Amino acid sequence: MSIKDILINGNNGGLDHEGLSPLQKITLRFVVVGLIFYGVAAIEGMLMRGQEITPLPFIDDSHFFAIMTVHPIVGIFGSTYLLVFGAFLFLVPYLMKKPIFSIGLANFTWIIMSVGTVLVWLSGFVYHYAPLYTIYWPLPADFTQFSVVGAVMFVVGIAFIMIGTLAFIVNIYGTVFYTPKGQKKQPIKPLLMSAFGIDGFLNIVNKIRGKEPYVKEPPLSLPIVAIFRGTVDTFLDALVILGAGLLILFFIGNHVFQWGLHYHSVDALLYKNIFWWGLDLIADGLVLIYVAGTWYLLAMLITGRNLFMQNIARAALLLELIVSWAVWSHHLLSDQPQPEIMKLASGEMITAFELITQGLAFFITLTTLWLARPLKMTNELKFLLGGLLGFALAVPAGIIQADLGMNRILHNTQWVAGAHFHVAILVGLTMTLYSAIYILFPILTNNSVKLFSQRLANWHFWLHLLGGIGMGAFMGMAGIDGMLRRHVYTEGEFLGYMILAGICGAMILAAWFIFMFNIIATIGLKGLIGIFKPSQLKKDVIVPETAAAVQKG
Amino acid sequence: MTTSAEVLFALKVVYTIYAFAIMSLIGWFAYRVTKKPETYKTWLTPKVFYTYLGILVVVGVGIHILTYNKIPWVAWELKKHKIPADKEINITVKNHEFIFPEQTPINIKCGEVVKFNVVSEDLTYGFGLFRPDHSMVFQMQVVPGHNNELLWQFHEEGTFYVLSTEYSGPKGARMKVPEAFKVVGCNKQVSMEGRK
Ligand code: HEM
Ligand SMILES: [Cu+2]
Ligand SMILES: [Cu+2]
Repeated sequence: MSIKDILINGNNGGLDHEGLSPLQKITLRFVVVGLIFYGVAAIEGMLMRGQEITPLPFIDDSHFFAIMTVHPIVGIFGSTYLLVFGAFLFLVPYLMKKPIFSIGLANFTWIIMSVGTVLVWLSGFVYHYAPLYTIYWPLPADFTQFSVVGAVMFVVGIAFIMIGTLAFIVNIYGTVFYTPKGQKKQPIKPLLMSAFGIDGFLNIVNKIRGKEPYVKEPPLSLPIVAIFRGTVDTFLDALVILGAGLLILFFIGNHVFQWGLHYHSVDALLYKNIFWWGLDLIADGLVLIYVAGTWYLLAMLITGRNLFMQNIARAALLLELIVSWAVWSHHLLSDQPQPEIMKLASGEMITAFELITQGLAFFITLTTLWLARPLKMTNELKFLLGGLLGFALAVPAGIIQADLGMNRILHNTQWVAGAHFHVAILVGLTMTLYSAIYILFPILTNNSVKLFSQRLANWHFWLHLLGGIGMGAFMGMAGIDGMLRRHVYTEGEFLGYMILAGICGAMILAAWFIFMFNIIATIGLKGLIGIFKPSQLKKDVIVPETAAAVQKG
Repeated sequence: MTTSAEVLFALKVVYTIYAFAIMSLIGWFAYRVTKKPETYKTWLTPKVFYTYLGILVVVGVGIHILTYNKIPWVAWELKKHKIPADKEINITVKNHEFIFPEQTPINIKCGEVVKFNVVSEDLTYGFGLFRPDHSMVFQMQVVPGHNNELLWQFHEEGTFYVLSTEYSGPKGARMKVPEAFKVVGCNKQVSMEGRK
């Protein structure tokens, strides 16, 4: 067979999309669109990498920062959010063995989030609206530098993304709590106790007091608990981001209709505090919680065993939620008017808890795997270990910069962008997601396909891992040597590091192309298009019976 | 007195060692986890788990105690309302430009306690000092509508330039004041961050 044939029809006939349930199809839509947006973000990243090496003829300062503005939005919301939401909208019904609350709402979610992401992208590409995702007041309302139309487009795009996020949340909570037709009504209290991890906590208390456990088998499995918990943060941060959007919109109106308000009527420091409170619910909140939950799920699926220290894990997830509400000051350690007590308590001390919660998740996951030796080095296990390594590198880097002394010389340098969050996102988070994709793939496709090439899968793994760690390392070293993250250097001050980081960036981008090629050669373009056609099966089917039987047997 | 160049160098060494150690650990784990164990008796007891938990706590708290004792500017920061300044330098930023109170370079004597107060009249900016080898001496954010004050005591001789360390739109991406401050009278030459 020629390459063209394989790309069109897939490996061994490709994906049998006609046998897919509505839920399977929707999940796959989230995944496909999320992977495409990941590629867009990677291409943008590579453009910036190129620009840092030598100015590209078609990119001026305003275009460069427009790319820098949309890159994280496409990456985090367009890609990561979609991948995660898709996976969870499948996992919650699948693990709880009951139909999803609403298929229609799930479809609406990925569509409106995609439209929102494209709008944000256009506001950068066409209008060069570039306040960066940090939108420090009053920059987003500075219409001497930015166009009004671009700002409106950006805000509307973000609003669409957040509306999609709220729709996802409704669907998740709906699925956990509603009673499908014909089933016995479930009491809410034990569900809530379990969702917040209070039962796990009471189990520990009873054990210490030498009593019987509070519940033997908690009504919600651990991954569901993590999803539920992370979704609380997802909700709160959506409110904050929507609020910021409304404020910008108001000042757009103020500018256009001359209501006569000065932007200094909004206190920049107060704004920054609220903004980081909300945004940290993503980075230090839902990401950490979702990732921990996904590690636990992956470890249980890979080993077929229960989690090591599962009550501690449940309690730690609750701790993580509460911690995530109170760490935001670590983003304001170099803001001199910020009260010192906030810097010490929230910025240093409460932030240190993240080392504990993440360290626990790391240990519990590894131990669960270890106790099940020997394991086969499958793709899912490989990527899971990559994800664990990513956080083992990035979390200590975060803890180091969450220190009054260190932040004075690290804040806004390439260290933060490289050693800390690109390693966290690219190596830690993204590799965890690839692991989840590999493990869910057979379940989502009813075992109808076989991976086109394991060799290509290995190439993807190594290029992504080494590229991700390498880019983080070279950016990190440039940061230690003084390179800022949002400054245009013109005299080749950090050229050596930027060339090395550029090579690593190219590896990451190449890895994505290889992965996409491998996946398309597996399911075929026909199968890919079929995912977007309506399903023939009934709405309440989660996984078709026959396929489910094959998986068990 | 420890300079920021020395702290940065230490960070580079310590973090590189850590990075290689943790990568080796995961590599070793990946290799061993595929092998059949000789015995199913395990040393991974809850006791080991709680010891590990204890280590995390000690490290998480210890790092701040360590920096408090080793990095002089932590105490300057926490006691900034009590330490009297020998020299005050008031700087204004507006329209993507730094406005200095006098002709640059401004001379600073070694060991003098200098209070920088930077005020922005429009956007959020940053204020950072850099050595000729481009490594950072220190930085702070410049939030509009507030005084942004920082105490610093220089213990290295040299001429430092200023960059805005916060993005203030594409117009502000190249904000720079070359040879802004000149520190004289130290017996120590300008510290190099360690790469030269
Ligand atoms: C234990 C976990 C973490 C800790 C202790 C931590 C700590 C920090 C600190 C202290 C900063 C501020 C650095 C500075 O601007 O000076 C920061 C910035 C950042 N972190 Fe984290 N972090 C953690 C996890 C994460 C994760 C999981 C992500 C990504 C999903 C993330 C993404 C970011 C981003 C994007 C920034 C830059 C913010 C900006 O634009 O200024 N962090 N982190
Ligand atoms: Cu990026
Ligand atoms: Cu944070």
